[in-house]
Amino acid sequence: MTTDDGGTGPGSAGWGPDEVRERVREFLAAHDPAVTERTEFLRARFDAGLAWAHFPVGLGGLGAPRSLQAVADAELAAAGAPDNDPQRIGIGLGMAAPTILRYGTPEQKERFLRPLWTGEEVWCQLFSEPGAGSDLASLRTRAVRDGDTWVVDGQKVWTSSAHTARWAILIARTDPDVPKHRGITYFVCDMTAPGVEVRPLRQITGEAEFNEVFLTGVRIPDAHRLGDEGDGWRVAQATLMNERVAIGGNPLPREGGMIARAAAVWRERPELRTLQLHDRLLELWVEAEVARLGAERVRQQLAVGAPGPEGSGLKLAFAGLNQRISGFEVELLGEDGLRYEDWTMVRPEKVDFYGRDAGYRYLRAKGNSIEGGTSEILRNIIAERVLGLPAEPRNDKDVAWKDLPR
Amino acid sequence: MTGSPDLLYSDVEDDLRAAVRDVLADHCPPAAVLARCESAQPYDMALYRRLAADLGLAGLTVPEQAGGQGASARELAVVMEELGRAVAPVPFLGVAMATAVLAVADAPQTLKRIAAGELPAAVAVPLTTTPGAAFPAAVRAGADGALTGRVTSVADVSADGVLLVPATGPDGPGLFEVPVGAAGVRVEPVVSLDLTRPVAHVVFDGAAGRAVAGAGTAARALEAGLLAGAGLLASEQLGVAERCLEMTVAYLGERRQFARVVGSFQAVKHRLADLWQEVVSARAAARAAADALAVSSPDAPVAVSVAQAYCSRVAVHAAEECVQLHGGIGMTWEHPAHLYLKRAKADELALGTPGRHRALLAAAVRLPPPAPES
Ligand SMILES: Cc1cc2nc3c(=O)[nH]c(=O)nc-3n(C[C@H](O)[C@H](O)[C@H](O)COP(=O)(O)OP(=O)(O)OC[C@H]3O[C@@H](n4cnc5c(N)ncnc54)[C@H](O)[C@@H]3O)c2cc1C
Repeated sequence: MTTDDGGTGPGSAGWGPDEVRERVREFLAAHDPAVTERTEFLRARFDAGLAWAHFPVGLGGLGAPRSLQAVADAELAAAGAPDNDPQRIGIGLGMAAPTILRYGTPEQKERFLRPLWTGEEVWCQLFSEPGAGSDLASLRTRAVRDGDTWVVDGQKVWTSSAHTARWAILIARTDPDVPKHRGITYFVCDMTAPGVEVRPLRQITGEAEFNEVFLTGVRIPDAHRLGDEGDGWRVAQATLMNERVAIGGNPLPREGGMIARAAAVWRERPELRTLQLHDRLLELWVEAEVARLGAERVRQQLAVGAPGPEGSGLKLAFAGLNQRISGFEVELLGEDGLRYEDWTMVRPEKVDFYGRDAGYRYLRAKGNSIEGGTSEILRNIIAERVLGLPAEPRNDKDVAWKDLPR
Repeated sequence: MTGSPDLLYSDVEDDLRAAVRDVLADHCPPAAVLARCESAQPYDMALYRRLAADLGLAGLTVPEQAGGQGASARELAVVMEELGRAVAPVPFLGVAMATAVLAVADAPQTLKRIAAGELPAAVAVPLTTTPGAAFPAAVRAGADGALTGRVTSVADVSADGVLLVPATGPDGPGLFEVPVGAAGVRVEPVVSLDLTRPVAHVVFDGAAGRAVAGAGTAARALEAGLLAGAGLLASEQLGVAERCLEMTVAYLGERRQFARVVGSFQAVKHRLADLWQEVVSARAAARAAADALAVSSPDAPVAVSVAQAYCSRVAVHAAEECVQLHGGIGMTWEHPAHLYLKRAKADELALGTPGRHRALLAAAVRLPPPAPES
């Protein structure tokens, strides 16, 4: 595994919970959340190193163990401080930031990380294409060099948050004459640049959380390349690893997340209870608790600098469980399960797995086993990279991309 | 809940694991386990003494001043994982439960001998007893401590060991200590599903028991034993599951059919990936239970029931997949897969089935069943 973005060893740079609390106290003394404007406050918090503890000093962090961020978050929340509304900027926080930290130039880190974290700039991910989903490396969006800039043409699809995004992480083909994994380069794309067109793509919930993005002669300065030319696949791996932990690895309290909804309905509506549903509810409750402990264990491994392969399975477990719990909740609701809140097409600002009504949650959870790598692909990865089983025979590894069968 | 449980293994725990694994590799290979379970002595008491006395594992959780090692359920759980991996035929679960009982009851001399590895011990209750169960009524105690009754399906009964017997007498519930070899105790062997942890019925016919806990503490002491046993069993189940997955992956990484390694077929890989994920989750659940027991957390009953409800099923699933994915060889008596399947299935019933633990959780986390129809 995975979120390979530094700041691990225990007690890095002498930081412990007490030091972090002290830092928060000093910070709050200088910036009273009750009277400081929200963006001002968040910028100051970033500058004080209280954004993400494990990032380096000067980039919103303390160079401290990752686990200490939870201490800072709790202290700040208790003081009534505003947060950065993470559901609005999940792709920035979970995917773009760790990739920029690992592969970005000093100028890129300086320019992008602060507004990314404060939420002043939303990010999206221009990876998938109509012909390249699981087989992402087969992508055909082209980037051609023209002096100090790259000219990009192609189409991306299922792009969450493209309609709110200021920036995108983008992968494009820069060399069609080498095998597919080798001819890809990774860029930061300005979503306001001429030639970027975003069209809503409605999904089974009725909403358009994702979009189609057409790129026509879009010019990207070479200074916005992330990593070396032709090395985009490796850079993208860092993004994808982080994405899977971001989707499955959030810290939850006991009975948090999807199971909270089902448990609340159970408690509030005794008339819906049956013996058969009772045992199923408890089965799901147990699995939710175990999944929570599994994610906690992965965080503890990261916090002591001993990541194991366990992170690879978090999203796999999370997706299946969310689907079963939300399906259970619709069934539990009986007649009310036949209704749906509203099919009106909207373009939401946030991605919320646990929001709206049970029908929405049931439908939205279907995406959990598709987005960020399907559950089938994750099982392949676990079987081959963790268990060491042989790959399926394949015929696309050593052929130039342009010669692949289509 | 008080903070997050420590779900990792400490360096000390890793060292302990290595030491136990070494001994088991030398003295408990699958062929020897198989041979023993067809012999007249299904428990390997020489191996037990090596682990219990030489490595000091019987007294792992017993305080140093009481003759033990002063470690905690966390370390003991690591031992249980290793014993599960080897389906070791040693009466260790019984000893672990007995030491937990005696941490509350009062029998310092007996505890000292158990901790030293000299005296194997078991709690005389059916292996299926669930934590939180009503105090057993199978045995009656006379005013003089004479025990009469029959306890069915007791695990880990050793001829030279001691039993801790819950019995009700004129003063109410009590716990009594009685040597298995004492007059008035008769052990009726049972042909058991689990070849490596056979059960037996025990008949008490006026056997002289010595009281170790009276009405005030007997129920609490017994409950401590059941809870510790159930929590530690989750770690054994983890070990069983982990070993089954390893054996299966190793076999399918070599076995060829259709001119390919069978482990390269996706239908098989996906099943193993799912099983791996279950084992990873089982580890988190088992560690949480061990940690809760180690720190005597008020959350321990919830953590233990979560671990039991989950790990029981993972062990059974892993053992069933192990048989299936070995094909015909997995169905043979010579191959160890069946030893794991039998242990896993019996463990599912032991100290509360998953369903019983879910029922306990329902009460503990306020998710009540439907009201009975009137
Ligand atoms: C809600 C949502 C949000 C998304 N957001 C974004 C985003 O912001 N940015 C972005 O770039 N992309 C995004 N995606 C796209 C997502 O990453 C892709 O949909 C996903 O990777 C699968 O690709 P595909 O849709 O082309 O399916 P395909 O790859 O065509 O797969 C079809 C089916 O075949 C299975 N399959 C494919 N290959 C194999 C194999 N080798 N073995 C076994 N089974 C296989 C798949 O598991 C799937 O079930 C999002 C998707 C969803 C649902």
